[in-house]
Amino acid sequence: MDLGFEVVDLPETDHPTEGETAPDFTRPLVTSEDWGDASLSELAAEGPVLLVFHPMDGAFPSTYMWNELRERAFDEHSDIQVIGLSISTPYEHMTFIDDREIEYPLFSDPQNGVAEQYDIVNDLDGMAGLSEPRPAVFVVDSELTIQYAWVASEWPEFPDYDEIANAVDSG
Amino acid sequence: MSDAAEPPITLYRLQACPFCERVVRKLDEYDLEYHSRFVEPMHSDRNVVKRVSGSRTVPAIVDESTGVTMSESANIVEYLDTTYGGDQ
Repeated sequence: MDLGFEVVDLPETDHPTEGETAPDFTRPLVTSEDWGDASLSELAAEGPVLLVFHPMDGAFPSTYMWNELRERAFDEHSDIQVIGLSISTPYEHMTFIDDREIEYPLFSDPQNGVAEQYDIVNDLDGMAGLSEPRPAVFVVDSELTIQYAWVASEWPEFPDYDEIANAVDSG
Repeated sequence: MSDAAEPPITLYRLQACPFCERVVRKLDEYDLEYHSRFVEPMHSDRNVVKRVSGSRTVPAIVDESTGVTMSESANIVEYLDTTYGGDQ
């Protein structure tokens, strides 16, 4: 983006990157119909996963990201499973999934522990009692080995969807 | 979703539903492992349960070790007593 003024730089992180193993986690996985615990590793066992960390449901970056991901439909051109994660609760996810016609399940992590595991916490300028993941995208194979990693370094910043497409195709 | 590591019993439940908690107590009593799937509160939107059990009511359980799918908490409790209770 070229706005003619400085945007917010997010601090350096030590997030996992290509060739490293993605931290496994278990959280409620939400569809438009129901939700229950699921782990990243059990999803990955079925095929590669595109794990998308996004801001709270309803925040404009989330809407933009999921509109784009829905249009791109990576899962229709490859065996990738597209899976989201935000701090929104299961019922918010159900509403968001319906509103945005998202055909992918979303992990719910209200306490933001997964973002801590991945070192991608966005503290939202110190907002009291609330943090969320910064926008981030990981492509992992069945062993949870990271094939592609992108983590926002500015706020806001959006994934490079063409890069993701390449990563998904070659993954 | 993977079934490999999943316990054989899946419980379709609604948050804060006393009939569902009744079944949970019974599952705990017999120390049975189960996978909880919380369903949409709106009755008319509970198609996942309808597909599984033929009805939109919860609780509903699927027990893959016996092939049983069942709704109605009284029925389920009776089933669990009969199948996993100490009297057999």
